[in-house]
Amino acid sequence: MNIKVRVWRQSGPSDKGRMVTYDVKDISPDASFLEMIDVLNETLILGGDDPIAFDHDCREGICGACSMVINGVAHGPEKATTTCQLHMRHFKDGDVIDVEPWRAAAFPVIKDLVVDRTAFDLIIQAGGYISASTGTAPDAHAAPVPKKDADAAFEAATCIGCGACVAACPNGSSMLFTAAKITHLGLMPQGQPERDSRVIDMLQAQDDAGFGGCTNMGECTEVCPKGIPLSLIGRLNSDYRKAIAKS
Amino acid sequence: MILKITMAVSGILLVLFLYVHMIGNLKIFLGAVDFDHYAHWLRALGTPLLPTMWYLWIQRAVLTLAVLAHIYTAAVLTIRAKKARPVKYAHRPKVQGSYAARTMRWGGVIVLLFIVFHILDLTTGNLNPVGDHEHPYANVVADFAPERWYVTLFYALAIISVGFHLWHGIFSAARTLGQQTMKGQRRAKAIALALSLVLVVGYLSVPFAVLVGLVD
Repeated sequence: MNIKVRVWRQSGPSDKGRMVTYDVKDISPDASFLEMIDVLNETLILGGDDPIAFDHDCREGICGACSMVINGVAHGPEKATTTCQLHMRHFKDGDVIDVEPWRAAAFPVIKDLVVDRTAFDLIIQAGGYISASTGTAPDAHAAPVPKKDADAAFEAATCIGCGACVAACPNGSSMLFTAAKITHLGLMPQGQPERDSRVIDMLQAQDDAGFGGCTNMGECTEVCPKGIPLSLIGRLNSDYRKAIAKS
Repeated sequence: MILKITMAVSGILLVLFLYVHMIGNLKIFLGAVDFDHYAHWLRALGTPLLPTMWYLWIQRAVLTLAVLAHIYTAAVLTIRAKKARPVKYAHRPKVQGSYAARTMRWGGVIVLLFIVFHILDLTTGNLNPVGDHEHPYANVVADFAPERWYVTLFYALAIISVGFHLWHGIFSAARTLGQQTMKGQRRAKAIALALSLVLVVGYLSVPFAVLVGLVD
């Protein structure tokens, strides 16, 4: 298939940046979106141009590195799919496809489509941990977890921290990410000691990093490659309300 | 988060007021005597514990505070949202969520403008063609007379804006205050829609009745 892509090109953090149009020819419909960019980059390199910088790692939908807003939708048009798992057969021959980086003050562009997601690390550092004793490993089943809680915690723990929720949020809020971490740790017995301080500290870190406030619009969950449900934000809110009532 | 809790609580207070206000409005269908009697009773509400009009002013003060708190928190959160995305997307389709959710801010502005007009019209009477404090029934009938179609249109537009605002607002308040199950989410959204629809129908029934001559 032959398509046109309009890609955000920005040579560095201080460059203003612009959309640049490229023709991409003879792309297999079975190529992934990233492979299509790889092919485009090969032609750019052969032509002596700077290849398009983009984040990628596992290319099997589990690492959370790839981060492209495709035609205005984070990770593109397919539901619950990362960019690397999106295939060109979901586009039509002759399409013009817009590709932009995650747009958020907290995720500054490093180059082209690569953004700095350190802000997520800061949120995790603020409270995304548990205290565990050192020494020999504890006995298995020493702390029983109800199956229902284990399943719900696992569902939240599937968050790969890609940042699509922030990219999609009209308020540039990272609430779904933070809520996934709060839920994942807060449902486990091991997560209880820090449960109150965790929610307060992580929300503070989120605000300090320059993310916007959540207005429960639900754009985040629509684009989440792991389908993290919006209801987890209610759990975060509930935890927060209880935590400040105690403090 | 404190901002959002303030927004949710002030919003709920305002919804409660809207319901009480709507029930009062519907008394217009019982006729001029009942409606005027109800309107005068509002001034006496709280007596003899409180002097006449005191309760009314206390309620007005609380509602004004709630409106101010709601606007203040909305403004702070809006500014924060603008700062959180300094560079806009070149390609941005309409958000996938509901129309109600994405019109909260401008819808809120329309509602605020309407509240100002509504107070000048039917509370103080400055903008009302009759403006008779003793006979509110006559004020309402004169207000929605067919030749003042633009007033009726603005009223309808504002009420529909309130409906959309609450469709998302009631659900959002529940979520902010900790609603957290998927089943509860479906229920909260259904309740928000039902409460909004009842309000819209209830409020629009008054100008509609005046227009078709049921109330004159």
